[in-house]
Amino acid sequence: MSVAEALNGALAPVTAGARAKVQIAGVSKSYDGKLALRRVDLELSENSFTCLLGPSGCGKSTLLNMIAGFVPPTTGQILVDGRAVSGAGADRGVVFQEYALFPWRTALANVEFGPLMRRRSAAERRETARRYLKLVGLEAHRDKYPNELSGGMKQRVAIARALANAPSVLLMDEPFGALDAQTREILQEELLRIWQQERKTVVFVTHSISEAIFLGDHIVVMATQPGAIKEVIEVTLPHPRDRSSPQFVQMERRIKLLVREEVQKLGVI
Amino acid sequence: MTAAVENWTAAAPVSAARDREKRVAMLLRAASLALFFAIWYAVAILNSQVFKVFNPLLLPAPHTVLFAGVELVRSGELQRDILASMSRVIQGFLLAAVLGVALGTAVGRSRRLEYLVEPTIELLRPIPPLAFLPMMVLWFGIGETSKVAFIAYAAFFPIFTTTLEGIKYVDPLLIRAASSLGASRRDIFRYVVLPAALPSIITGLRLGFGLSFFVIVAAEFIAADSGLGYLINDARTFFLVANMLLGAAIIGAIGFGFNIVLRRLEGRLLKWRNNVRS
Repeated sequence: MSVAEALNGALAPVTAGARAKVQIAGVSKSYDGKLALRRVDLELSENSFTCLLGPSGCGKSTLLNMIAGFVPPTTGQILVDGRAVSGAGADRGVVFQEYALFPWRTALANVEFGPLMRRRSAAERRETARRYLKLVGLEAHRDKYPNELSGGMKQRVAIARALANAPSVLLMDEPFGALDAQTREILQEELLRIWQQERKTVVFVTHSISEAIFLGDHIVVMATQPGAIKEVIEVTLPHPRDRSSPQFVQMERRIKLLVREEVQKLGVI
Repeated sequence: MTAAVENWTAAAPVSAARDREKRVAMLLRAASLALFFAIWYAVAILNSQVFKVFNPLLLPAPHTVLFAGVELVRSGELQRDILASMSRVIQGFLLAAVLGVALGTAVGRSRRLEYLVEPTIELLRPIPPLAFLPMMVLWFGIGETSKVAFIAYAAFFPIFTTTLEGIKYVDPLLIRAASSLGASRRDIFRYVVLPAALPSIITGLRLGFGLSFFVIVAAEFIAADSGLGYLINDARTFFLVANMLLGAAIIGAIGFGFNIVLRRLEGRLLKWRNNVRS
């Protein structure tokens, strides 16, 4: 599927025939009576790539955690494939900023975890895990433990682990936030390659404007105090996107202004 | 693609320096033991031959202790005492290990159970187990039961506490990761909580084993007709200082040996933790 096709359906209004992959309807979240995220309505179409962008405290991770089923919304509900989310599930793979690899399992055994939970045979688990480690370029390191891997390699394992479970939605919480700039750019390119190959509905949390424009077909710019959706921007630039192209730079400038307004609301930081 | 995967090559000069450091460490460790025996020997010999400051019977030289050992082996007493102590330690320790890990795990998984159990444990824990020894002798007699029960009691606390901590403080992110990969509650316990808690459980077992050794001698002082503690106490009655020192040395050697075995086991079970290449 071409990227252009993937873009077309994204965030289209729900009609009788085409149901959104992820529907977020009237969702808000309060912690101890304090509003963290104000009424969010959002629909993500199948195979779309949505970036949630905003400064810390805008509720972007909270929203992601609610889609993942880690925390329940205070009001409203989230539907994935038309079913209400009531907890974590294998249909929604999650990639965390801190990798969250099982340190006692080798790279291969980490990737095998999902198939193991589905009680696949040892041979099948191994086969699947190898295929996905290969997809992220780590087949040579399959017998290493996480503490023997660099940050970039750990995140590759984490991505392979999420994908090996064949989720239809991939939730990524600032996955490249802890990596150095070079590694981050390489992994962004690889993520796009994998996304085009594997066809997932991706929700990607980031505070990097350039990362959001480079990756997403839709950018949800978030507001702060309380967290909310400020604006949804569609990115129609063809892949691969050139970060120095005039359109890229122009969009970057526009979003920067939007985000700056929200940062200023936070006061001195 | 592959260029993106960082290369890991150990720098050769670094490993050479590390090897040298290792040799120095070995040498110093050997020197530590040599120095200890040399001083012991010197004090004992100088006192008995030259200065005569105190009764030479009070501090026999290392070789005298060795001869005493040979004598005790010949009569079969030493083997019998080692066997008696070891069998008590192992029985008591195993009992404590089973109870400590099982209860620690159960309490770590249920907050209500923790509220129910914790105050009692915290009340008993600061009491030195030795305070209960005379009572245990009254309850369980002077046979094997009282010793095994006493060791089990003493070793239970560190095993229970470290197991509980290990189970309680599993990184919640790992649990989230597992649940988003389709793990059920039972899966999470088996594949995440237990392996994550294993390092602290093993630490607890090592502490518990050390404590078992620590208390067996005292238990055998009070009421026993065999065991290394009995050997020492019996030697005291007859003023056989060499035998007393021998008993202590044997306990030291056994504890030392077991610690090495347990550390090896720990290294193997926790391979993932030790494999860091700097």
